[in-house]
Amino acid sequence: MKTPLAIAVATAAALTANAASADEPTTGGVIDTIIQPEPPGLVLGMIQNAPTRTVAGNIYEGLLRYDTELNPMPQLAESWEISDDGLTYTFHLRDDVTWHDGEPFTAEDVVFSADVFHRELNPSARAVLQHIDSIEALDERTVEFTLEEPFGPFLISFEAGTFTMVPEHIYAGTEFRDNEANNHPIGTGPFKFERWDRGTVIQLVKNEDYYEEGLPYLDGINWHIIPDGASRAVAYENGTVDVLPYGTVENFDIPRLTEMDNTCVTDEGHEYFSPFAMLWMNNREGPTADKRFRQAVMYAMDREFARDVLWNGLGQVPLGAFGSNARFQNDDLEPFDHDPERARELLDEMGYDGEEVRLLPLPYGETWTRWAEAVQQNLKEVGINVRTEATDVGGWNQRLGDWDYDLAFTYLYQYGDPALGISRTYLSDNIEKGSPWNNVEGYENERVDELFNAAATAYPDEEREALYHEVQEILQEDVPVGWLLELGFPTIYRCDVKNLVTSSVGVNDGFKDAWLDR
Amino acid sequence: MLYARLIASRLVKAVTVLFLIIILNFVLIQLAPGDPAAILAGEAGATDEEFLRQLRERFGLDEPLHVQLWRYVSGVAMLDFGFSYRQQMPVLDLILARLPATLLLTGTAFVLSLGLGILAGSLAAARVKKPSGSLIMALALLFYATPLFWVALMAVVLFSVYLDWLPAYGMFTVGAGHTGLALALDVGKHLILPATTLALFFMAIYTRMTRASMLEASQQDYVKTARAKGLKDSVIQRRHILRNALLPIITLAGLQAGQMVGGAILTETVFAWPGIGRLMFEALQQRDYNLLLGIFFFSAALVIVFNIVTDLVYRLADPRIKEAS
Repeated sequence: MKTPLAIAVATAAALTANAASADEPTTGGVIDTIIQPEPPGLVLGMIQNAPTRTVAGNIYEGLLRYDTELNPMPQLAESWEISDDGLTYTFHLRDDVTWHDGEPFTAEDVVFSADVFHRELNPSARAVLQHIDSIEALDERTVEFTLEEPFGPFLISFEAGTFTMVPEHIYAGTEFRDNEANNHPIGTGPFKFERWDRGTVIQLVKNEDYYEEGLPYLDGINWHIIPDGASRAVAYENGTVDVLPYGTVENFDIPRLTEMDNTCVTDEGHEYFSPFAMLWMNNREGPTADKRFRQAVMYAMDREFARDVLWNGLGQVPLGAFGSNARFQNDDLEPFDHDPERARELLDEMGYDGEEVRLLPLPYGETWTRWAEAVQQNLKEVGINVRTEATDVGGWNQRLGDWDYDLAFTYLYQYGDPALGISRTYLSDNIEKGSPWNNVEGYENERVDELFNAAATAYPDEEREALYHEVQEILQEDVPVGWLLELGFPTIYRCDVKNLVTSSVGVNDGFKDAWLDR
Repeated sequence: MLYARLIASRLVKAVTVLFLIIILNFVLIQLAPGDPAAILAGEAGATDEEFLRQLRERFGLDEPLHVQLWRYVSGVAMLDFGFSYRQQMPVLDLILARLPATLLLTGTAFVLSLGLGILAGSLAAARVKKPSGSLIMALALLFYATPLFWVALMAVVLFSVYLDWLPAYGMFTVGAGHTGLALALDVGKHLILPATTLALFFMAIYTRMTRASMLEASQQDYVKTARAKGLKDSVIQRRHILRNALLPIITLAGLQAGQMVGGAILTETVFAWPGIGRLMFEALQQRDYNLLLGIFFFSAALVIVFNIVTDLVYRLADPRIKEAS
């Protein structure tokens, strides 16, 4: 079943696609939108959390951009070549790019950003950098990356939020985190930092010297900071803001807002991150240590209900460990349909005695609380004795980091490739206390480790595919974690804001192409 | 001279109390579950150990507790409140940047609630058996009993969404670029809803308290004497009854004034007012210990200051207190 909102999203997407080709963009106008929560800072690469990415994605850029099918598009690099052995990547940079302070952007900036800045500060870039043997500037406009061994997802790692280009002339030789320039970020992007009234607004203005002809169309962006969810909905209703990025209003407010005149919704612009909601199940102890129990949980949950009712019909129920936006998904797996009878059989077979299991909801707002209630009810129906334990964000982090839970909600980004976003959840060398984002469930399987490690460095793609298909079959049997939903995060906006989402990280870099039809 | 000595002795006590508060806060915060480095890493979706290690080292979280405490206390003695983990700014800068907004909001609400509360309470006391007096008391009871956040939300729905008279949130119109008088008017317009919301509860308390203690004072012999001398009723109300009824109100005003830094969390959140209350709430959720300790310090300091001020005002209102001490 698809709900009216899901259909509305589909039609709106089709409509915008048509409209974009028909109309001629007009220049001018400032757009008002919301950022929630207030970011800690705006220097992308130094800070990687979601609100920083969303605002600073308009200030900074990466070498490449990716369309909504994750195909690379030129950005700061206008072309690139890959050697036949998959070991050498050569990028040719544009020659007309300047930083916001007027200095030219060169190959030295690329080498500095990747080899020095990110190596020191950026954990998600470090995960890629460990595969790199050397980074060299061949001349002012050419950079060559040499890998130690082939690394499948290498070309998809140049997104602005992961491999941000930062100015060498400002940061080289300084203590990065104490640099004065952090309060006035300097990038190459379509918008420049103007001012930040803490707790009120972040203002960006058009970069008049932007290298892409005619872009951006907008004169500026105001990111309003409004801490209360109901007040954010009001800000849209009374016309103060025109765009509500994902996560700014509660899901139950969304149908009401989308019924307003001149209002469109899209769930595009997240394909790169492809947020995947999961249920951690503690593989170490208690009933959840038995894979039959974990399978029973999968059969007991009505995931379609959660999508249709709690998420307004947006998102997809996943087949298994690999989401539909992930590459190399194995379509032949047997799906976990909602089948309480099967769940009860599995529980009987393992001899489950009604031992209590503790469920931690994700403390990210009302939707997640209600989702935990729905799952609790599903599990009770098949005879699983569940107790919900609510925490705040700090407590949730600590409980997961200490492995002090039985079942827990989370969601993870998939970053476009299994080696970046998926394998981290299942590799046994990724088991380490203290972080809620690694192999928290404690799953250990030698064959899975072998397959994931081989697939990351196999070349070309056909070889990777075979390995990933095998690993998916094992995971489908073992159910190390519960696969809940590939989340559809809606962006709500006035329909006269055109061309808002143009890439797979569109929520973060979309204002570049956007224009107002007023 | 007497005042100077009083203030001096109070200040010595104040410093001792503040010192104890710092230590108590520090210990309490350490007892809360949650590690700031893990939360920061969590927010960034960062998985590697190196990132956590860098954060802990940078903020000195890898040191033993007594070293951290010593460093903090000696820092505060030099007015260095440390560095906010999440906001990446010195704590003092953050607090000073937010303080004016909060003081404007809570100060306005303070004056509003005290002024209107005393006025309404005296009116209710003067009309004790009339319908108008009962109406005032009924309203006061209503505002006293209604939760603040609900009043705030309803005020937004009515005045901003339906009537469109007043802005729903924020402190000034973003992007309007007002300066001078236009800016002051703009801020004033944004101030009306949050300040009124915040004032209602205390206004209700002042009303009830003023009425009760005025009724009590009006039974006293000196009021009868004043009546017997043939004074006008309004003069009796103002000079003889109200003045004698003021002490409990001053006590309460002292309490309210002490809450001016941290007492507006809800109002600031609903109305997106960029003040200290919000900063404190966010710091708590993010386990931003240095920032939280800094705000606690300022709140505590303000409470102490207003306690001293309240003591002085007692003496002005009732000279007998001075003789007693």
